[in-house]
Amino acid sequence: MSDQVAQAAQSAGSDPIVRVTGISKRYEGGVQALEGVDLDFPEGRLTSLLGPSGCGKTTLLKIIAGLLEPNAGEVQVAGRRVTGPGPERAFVFQDFALLPWATVTRNVAFGLELQGISKAERREKARHYIREVGLTGFEDRYPHELSGGMRQRVGLARAMAVDADVLLMDEPFSAVDEQTRRKFQEDLLHLLSVEKKTVIFVTHSIEEAVYLSSQVVLLSRRPGRVSKIIPTDLGGLESPDAIRRSKRYLDTVEDIWGMLKQYLLEDEIK
Amino acid sequence: MKVFGWRVPMMFSLVVWLVVWEIIGQAGWMFLIPPFTDVLRASFELLGSESFHKSAGVTLSAFASGMGIAIAAGIPLGVLMGRVDAVDRLLGMWVNVFVSAPLTALVPIIMILFGFGQTTIIVTVMLFAIWIIVLDTRAGIRSVNPSLIDMARAFCASRFQLYTRVLILAALPEILAGIRLGLIRGVKGVVIGQLLVAIIGLGELFELYSRNFLMDKFWAVTILLFAFAIAASSLIEMLERRVEYYAGARG
Ligand SMILES: Nc1ncnc2c1ncn2[C@@H]1O[C@H](COP(=O)(O)OP(=O)(O)OP(=O)(O)O)[C@@H](O)[C@H]1O
Ligand SMILES: [Mg+2]
Repeated sequence: MSDQVAQAAQSAGSDPIVRVTGISKRYEGGVQALEGVDLDFPEGRLTSLLGPSGCGKTTLLKIIAGLLEPNAGEVQVAGRRVTGPGPERAFVFQDFALLPWATVTRNVAFGLELQGISKAERREKARHYIREVGLTGFEDRYPHELSGGMRQRVGLARAMAVDADVLLMDEPFSAVDEQTRRKFQEDLLHLLSVEKKTVIFVTHSIEEAVYLSSQVVLLSRRPGRVSKIIPTDLGGLESPDAIRRSKRYLDTVEDIWGMLKQYLLEDEIK
Repeated sequence: MKVFGWRVPMMFSLVVWLVVWEIIGQAGWMFLIPPFTDVLRASFELLGSESFHKSAGVTLSAFASGMGIAIAAGIPLGVLMGRVDAVDRLLGMWVNVFVSAPLTALVPIIMILFGFGQTTIIVTVMLFAIWIIVLDTRAGIRSVNPSLIDMARAFCASRFQLYTRVLILAALPEILAGIRLGLIRGVKGVVIGQLLVAIIGLGELFELYSRNFLMDKFWAVTILLFAFAIAASSLIEMLERRVEYYAGARG
């Protein structure tokens, strides 16, 4: 954890690796999903996107991934304008999006396969990341033979294997049961401290957002706008349990809940 | 099947029907129905005869060519309809008309267009088989999990890679089902085509045997044809079962 703090201090002065300016998105059919979103994502840190259901979190993530075109505004990654998907960004999907006909190894190596990397090198890298996410021994299994948590580990390994600087994760743990989820969160934090990635993380869970990230971006109801950016660095605490019991963690969770509650109340009055 | 609580195997009911056939045949009530054992003997004779080999070869090659074209053209067309809404709107109506239309009525027109030869048979087989392949492929492509497509794009798949490494494979169960149904329709096409043209392949034999009232040989050809259709379709079915796990895991 302490080297995360050092890294945070370092990146405070440096340019953000992902910069979102003036993004608006209107779907065909007239739904205005996002309006004038400006956001900076500091390098080497995990930023959570939190907001009421349907406020455009997935939309924003897909625009950053280059899977969707915004109607206005632009996304820059490492100073370059995004016009489509790129190798410096990798996506982890809520429903895992694994190839059902491919083994764990082939799924993990799929990004490399698409890049035309040789089979031997693919196997080598896949094996490494399969170990990193704790799936050693399952290399030759098929997705339908794995539990939800294990499938998402495959999804994470696949994203890690292409060695992208930016990981985009859309509610990666929402289809996973609570115990698996906690273990997974800890493993993710550990993995990120080794691999030094910038992560943009969409979640519905306030606790998860505060626990994992160095900043939480709160989006307003649709059309999504940035309503607040909350720094949440809980650095300095060694164990996950210490973090979950610390006053700062609990206060921050409470604060964010207070703000989100506002939206829910307004919804009910409507 | 169960009779008085006893499980009766499928083969058994077949045997019962064959025995009935044999009795009717032996009784000689109808000359149209010779005893089954005669038909069986004729089948073996046919299988060994030169003329049958030649005819069957001609028929088989027409069938294979027609099916080949139907598959090679039907799958890309179905994929295109599954992916491009404009193409789907343009062709959807016609494919749906043809898939359920009585295509036999068109065979005379094909004969006028392509003459009394092998080409007509090939076109007929193709015409009978292709539509269901197009429709099933389209359905398979449409049911591919959209996040699988997002995944391929997010990991920088080229358009070609998206189709060959994700879409076609994900739609494989439906595509195979389409091919199996197309195969059955193709057999229909080859029989109808050859009966109408009646001077090539097994059609010539049919014509010869029925004109000369050689009923045992006539039935032998029919049975061999049925057996071929069933064998071909179970072969595809076996292939389908091997890729069945997709469907369950596709969610
Ligand atoms: N392809 C689409 N066409 C039309 N409208 C869409 C499309 N995708 C999403 N929307 C709408 O845009 C809005 C934002 O959707 P989005 O999926 O980005 O929200 P979200 O914040 O991720 O929601 P959730 O928390 O439920 O995942 C929603 O109202 C949704 O109904
Ligand atoms: Mg979403």
